[in-house]
Amino acid sequence: MKFITEFRRPELARGLLSQIQSQSRTKARFMEFCGGHTVTIFRYGIRQALPRTLEMVSGPGCPVCVTASADLDKAIALSRVPGVIITTFGDMLRVPGSRSSLEKAKAEGADVRMVYSTIDALRIASDNPDRSVVFLGIGFETTAPTVAASVLRARERGIKNYYVLSLHKLCPPAIRAILDSGEVRLDGLICPGHVSTVIGAHPWESVAHDYHIPGVISGFEPLDILQAVSMLVAQVERGEARVEIAYRRGVRPEGNPEALRVMERVFETGPARWRGLGEIAESGLKIRGEYQEFDAERAFNIVPEPAREPEGCLCGEILRGVKMPLDCSLFGKACTPEHPVGPCMVSSEGSCAAYYLYGGSLGG
Amino acid sequence: MEDRILLAHGSGGRLAHELVETTFVKALANPLLAKLDDAATFDLGGKLAFTTDSYVVSPLFFPGGDIGKLAVCGTVNDLAMTGAKPLYLSLSFIIEEGLSRRDLARVVDSIRRVAGEAGVEIVTGDTKVVNRGSADGLFINTAGIGIIAEGVSISGSNARPGDRVILSGTIGDHGIAVLSQREGLSFATRLESDCAPLGKLVAGMLAVSRNIHCLRDPTRGGLATTLNELAAQSKVGIRIEEDRVPVREEVLAAGEMLGLDPLYIANEGKLVAIVPPEDAGGILEAVRANKYGKEAAIIGEVTAEHPGRVVMKTSLGTSRIVDMLVGDPLPRIC
Repeated sequence: MKFITEFRRPELARGLLSQIQSQSRTKARFMEFCGGHTVTIFRYGIRQALPRTLEMVSGPGCPVCVTASADLDKAIALSRVPGVIITTFGDMLRVPGSRSSLEKAKAEGADVRMVYSTIDALRIASDNPDRSVVFLGIGFETTAPTVAASVLRARERGIKNYYVLSLHKLCPPAIRAILDSGEVRLDGLICPGHVSTVIGAHPWESVAHDYHIPGVISGFEPLDILQAVSMLVAQVERGEARVEIAYRRGVRPEGNPEALRVMERVFETGPARWRGLGEIAESGLKIRGEYQEFDAERAFNIVPEPAREPEGCLCGEILRGVKMPLDCSLFGKACTPEHPVGPCMVSSEGSCAAYYLYGGSLGG
Repeated sequence: MEDRILLAHGSGGRLAHELVETTFVKALANPLLAKLDDAATFDLGGKLAFTTDSYVVSPLFFPGGDIGKLAVCGTVNDLAMTGAKPLYLSLSFIIEEGLSRRDLARVVDSIRRVAGEAGVEIVTGDTKVVNRGSADGLFINTAGIGIIAEGVSISGSNARPGDRVILSGTIGDHGIAVLSQREGLSFATRLESDCAPLGKLVAGMLAVSRNIHCLRDPTRGGLATTLNELAAQSKVGIRIEEDRVPVREEVLAAGEMLGLDPLYIANEGKLVAIVPPEDAGGILEAVRANKYGKEAAIIGEVTAEHPGRVVMKTSLGTSRIVDMLVGDPLPRIC
């Protein structure tokens, strides 16, 4: 089986679309939580292909976008500490903090290195024993296990100059915060695919139950999304609120127990600041006391200047699904991918970037 | 805070364009430079094309090529994209102290072979050695000149509504082949760079019809950026069909894994041709007759609507904008 082209077959897509057309009678608004889903929806113009009864809104599932300015400022300040090497996934580089970005700090002399995995960061640490190597732990349940594994490996190998700035966030509490706020009425959730590869379906089942809202865990190809929409429509029409897995090639109901165990060993939950959503209890992952020597928060006493949010930027509202990118007066004018004001314009998974690059007016 | 050059300014995307236009073109303005084609063309008794380029690839050797082959092909192709027959090249080497003699010899041997294939001669050169850390192994700068036949007038500003857009083969092969070898990312793939000299392919096209409006090789920034440049320069719209753009399964898969869109990934042996509809069939056949153009296809056409914009009909039948690359494509987090 071919895992990409098979899931992009136009004739199957047309079949699913006509199925959705004939099924959907009730007006419904679905949120795709994950930025990866947002990108697929825009790349394939899926919004314009859906019947008028259905509205799709993008959620906060872009790890870069939900990182609070204050946390970014902390990372940028850390990059300026003499002897520190910052290691990070690529899409963090260009995100503006209150006053600068890692990309600019790098041009000014900070040692910021893009890595593709925490194993590379560990290798940099063992190659540079006289430097302090900090890995920026940004991301959801998808990446947190690999970061936890790097801490375990650092302990195992006696690497003393490796630190993690853990800004990891958990998805189900964010969905609950959005549903609790009541700012936007939602009739269905497209649940994140790779987050669910790790956590499984159970955390979503309690969301579906508590808020009486159907959820479908989806993959990232256009057929995956269309299938998920079709399953949500079927549930809406029947008045059901269950969680179904459409992404069976990637997700098991119980998730990945080994990944969950590793995460649990190194991290404990705590409050986390989300851009746009504010502080959400039990939505962040902090390094446990037992591994505190790897915790960059404790090893470096960084107190950045007070954070400020860019004036006029609607990223917060957009992340909550309350506003659309085109509602923002900065969109496409003061804020473009080459000169981003807010994070949603930077990350390839951000809603504003998707609107801008793929054409909100055409593709939405 | 002082404004500084970011790595992204060298990506070949919109930030790079902004730098070129606000810093270089503004200060050094002249009509030849202002055209911003792949090579400058001017009359010196005969019509000539003149271009320069620098090569800074990491790693120096990658599947399907190396920095030397890249340097010759890049310059040959920039000349060919004006319709010129490439003739003479210069090569300047900036060598980092400590580079192995064996590696340098391999690069030079590769230059010799590909120059022979392309029918160009290296007629002048220069060598500098810099301190360890001042360069990354080896940088190469080239310049090249070629001669343009009577009646050939190719420029990025010549596209007309109704013209057809020909792509000479699969996209993204070079960028993914190089990424697959990069430190910290190495993944197993059979993919090879498409790095190739296209002078003879272009000569074959011109033998069928001199009426080629635009030619450009979609290098850094990929097909998307090249089509946007052509749409902007010619003040026309371009409409392409996703299903007609050839992409290898390996490129699609690596792109998905890394969060990179093949439309933005570099090519080093492909060209985009914009040609009048009545000549499109014949020119396409000529491209396919060359070993570097076997998978060529007509991928779309030039429109009067949405000038400066590239729009793609997706495989689902919907439409979306294809924008220019901004900075380097950054692999995503999850």
